[in-house]
Amino acid sequence: MRSVSFTVNGVAHELELEPRELLVYVLRERLGLTGTVVGCDTSSCGACTVLLDGESVKACTILGVQADGAAITTIEGLAENGSLHPLQELFHEHHALQCGYCTSGMVLAAVSLLAENPSPTSDEIRHALEGNICRCTGYQNIVDAIEAAAR
Amino acid sequence: MSAPAELEIAPTIGAPVARKEDKKLLQGQAQWVDNMEHPGMVFLGVVRSPYAHARIKNVNVDPALAHAGVVAAWSGADIADEWHASLPCAWIPTEDTNAPEHKPIAVDKARYVGDAVAVIAATSRGTAEDAVELVEVDYEELPCVVDAVAALSEDAPLVHDEFGTNRCYTWTLEAGEVDRLFAEAAVTVKERYRQNRLIPNAIEPRAVFVIPVPANGEFTLWSTTQVPHIARVTLSGVTGVPETKLRVIAPDVGGGFGSKLNVYAEEALALAIARRLGRAVKWTETRSEGYVSTIHGRDQIQEIELAATAEGKITAVRTRLTVGMGAYLQLVTPGIPLLGAWLYGGCYDVAGYSFECTGVFTNTVPTDAYRGAGRPEATYAIERAVDALAREIGKDPVEVRRLNFIREFPAPIASGLTIDSGDYDASLDLALEKVGYDDLRGEQRSRRAAGDSKRLGIGLSTYVEMCGLAPSAILGAIRYSAGGWEAATIRCLPAGTAQVLSGATPHGQGHETAWSQIVADRLGYEFDEVEVLHGDTAVIPLGMDTYGSRSLAVGGVALYHAADRIIEKARKIAAHILEVDETAVDYSRGVFHGPGASVTLKEVAFAAWTAHNLPEGLEPGLEATFVYDPPNFSWPSGAHVAIVEIDTETGAVELLRYIAVDDVGTVINPTIVEGQIHGGIAQGVAQALYEDAIYDDDGNLLTSNMLTYLVPSATEFPRWELYRTETPSPTNPLGVKGVGETGAIAAPAAVMNAVVDALSDDGITEITMPATPERIWRALEEVRP
Repeated sequence: MRSVSFTVNGVAHELELEPRELLVYVLRERLGLTGTVVGCDTSSCGACTVLLDGESVKACTILGVQADGAAITTIEGLAENGSLHPLQELFHEHHALQCGYCTSGMVLAAVSLLAENPSPTSDEIRHALEGNICRCTGYQNIVDAIEAAAR
Repeated sequence: MSAPAELEIAPTIGAPVARKEDKKLLQGQAQWVDNMEHPGMVFLGVVRSPYAHARIKNVNVDPALAHAGVVAAWSGADIADEWHASLPCAWIPTEDTNAPEHKPIAVDKARYVGDAVAVIAATSRGTAEDAVELVEVDYEELPCVVDAVAALSEDAPLVHDEFGTNRCYTWTLEAGEVDRLFAEAAVTVKERYRQNRLIPNAIEPRAVFVIPVPANGEFTLWSTTQVPHIARVTLSGVTGVPETKLRVIAPDVGGGFGSKLNVYAEEALALAIARRLGRAVKWTETRSEGYVSTIHGRDQIQEIELAATAEGKITAVRTRLTVGMGAYLQLVTPGIPLLGAWLYGGCYDVAGYSFECTGVFTNTVPTDAYRGAGRPEATYAIERAVDALAREIGKDPVEVRRLNFIREFPAPIASGLTIDSGDYDASLDLALEKVGYDDLRGEQRSRRAAGDSKRLGIGLSTYVEMCGLAPSAILGAIRYSAGGWEAATIRCLPAGTAQVLSGATPHGQGHETAWSQIVADRLGYEFDEVEVLHGDTAVIPLGMDTYGSRSLAVGGVALYHAADRIIEKARKIAAHILEVDETAVDYSRGVFHGPGASVTLKEVAFAAWTAHNLPEGLEPGLEATFVYDPPNFSWPSGAHVAIVEIDTETGAVELLRYIAVDDVGTVINPTIVEGQIHGGIAQGVAQALYEDAIYDDDGNLLTSNMLTYLVPSATEFPRWELYRTETPSPTNPLGVKGVGETGAIAAPAAVMNAVVDALSDDGITEITMPATPERIWRALEEVRP
């Protein structure tokens, strides 16, 4: 076991973690933040995407102990003061989700993209989402939602 | 009693309402099965065969049992007395179908890589995974067969010794004088296509969670399933837990595409182990585990022949299919290719029809429903063959299609069913106009003339499909063992809201939104005043669940009729309140109008609840259920056009544009309809260009995870260009047809016709799906001077 401390959505946590525990299971099973989900075991699908110090990472690809000292944002921490983040609103308006399983990761990947590049082209958006798989939407409405946020 | 003229509620049928499902999904508050926890719960780990075919000589679970945190471990033999029946197969197509015993865990033999051979229960997910590695299984490897055609040869290893053959069944459908029509044909074409095996990849992995109440013998089972109602009756059969003691819940389910239209070994295992241990049980697959334990789709070899006149009028179609079943029959495995059996004539007027399908066992993961299920395959074969015919007689594929379109509806077709409605010219004309067909053909010619190494290909797919599964009597006639009806209940609650119980169970489609629109529109509620419940057998007693683009075309129509029943009863109460005869009461959108006074349906609901003053003999309450059994399938159709560019130096295909014109009948919510078509096209394009589940000769799945099996990302697709035509279905009062599968049905043929169109001047007339750069480059190498 190792002592680890980090913040998740602004809340400080001190945890004793097994070194092998993946961050995604720490979030889901220890902290009850089940908005972050697991879609694969090869770091391919991006369903588990969270923000680590503002940058998108796949929470299945880093260990909980590696997040020591970090500020983590999950989908549960994106809405502020009861209002949805603009990307959450735009995903809703543009019908950018169907089953919703990839949605947490998609939204956080988009937040990260727009932080780096506030006005991406639709091609840039598609490339930025390369690590996030959606099986329902054919991606078009996701790209449209992010483009609308960029405007 | 009030006197409003009309309620100020805009019509909601046909409106692009944003979905009520979204808010919780966007905030991480969905209830996925894997979220569930319970004190004392154990996690299951499944030991799976690394061999495609092997005798299980011995299973030693002791090393696993010695591992800290392991609660129990069983081999297939240890747990065999839990099973009262095989895992269910609901469609045995012929009397002489070979249907093997299928225990949730193999006992004597493993028959595919991934076949379960032992199971662990442990106190944590990680411990269960560790313990799986500790089980010692002594296998005697046996010869295996993975290819369906090879499996039919005399000397092929047998997947199931007891049948003496790998043939599962042969099913035929004949109509008209096919042999004569072929003998008299001026032109015939014969084509052979491969339907690549596909992995559905619903983005939520499968999971099951069971809480037992041992004293009562009761169980609640949460599953990532499309079919909670079917799961309840069949899991009851497999485990012997009475239906009355088993509650099945499909909470939020993250996609299905047919892969969750099944009843799986792990669901039966979790239930049986919860019974054995008296503890809550959870199992969640890893994605890679799912690749070898969740059903695959397609896997067909298709031979199709067309007989035609010299002008290209098709007179007869003859189809022969050889279909890989995999090692066992899952819920609908043998029936999947038969869902396309009536459609090999496409949207064309054909007199002679011959269809034969042979299902074959192989040492692979069982195949079953994947988006479209039999209909993408049929559409692919006929649409590719029509292009082959056009090439043969030197005509434009558009011209050949127009020559053959069915134009009068309802249209009895040679295969024996009747198409409800359609206007195939309208869809094709619109598609050609939007894509700029003539200009594109011009560009294609000029590129060729200039010797451009980048060829342009234009591919059409003018499809018709049958969905809205299904008239129960027809299902019975083709030996499917359940009905095709669907149920809906509307409860008008006393305080001005309405509750809907839907037997159809969503997993991303937006039933809550569409159902709310129908009820709001018909009964005058605000959209947000309607609550839709689904996916829980204790709350929704009647349901046939969601698959085959049936939810709206069957369940939505049930809801429409339930609203009729509400109006019928409420009218009696309204007349009583207004003190007039029922015949003097007019109803429109939530208001009953009498001469000089009106009462709203909500007021009637309150009066029905208080029951202080009801017409004599009328029961209190305002609630109605309707169980709708459709008299016909519904028949969406359309014209899709794919434009590809092929780099002849590298073989790379770029999908430049994709235009889809679809006629799905009346549309309840155009935004949802477009979303369904987007996703369907994406999966269809993926079949044509990217996805392929590949086994080596030893039965190892080479594409065994998301790194090696290409599930496309956003960069692989262009913008979809969508248009609609609309011929309402005359079969149902909503006029709806179904939209869940159209894209996946139409797209593979459109894309592959475009690929072959780009290469046909080079003498290439067939590329096997998926059209990878390597395949195209090799084909070009063979024809290069």
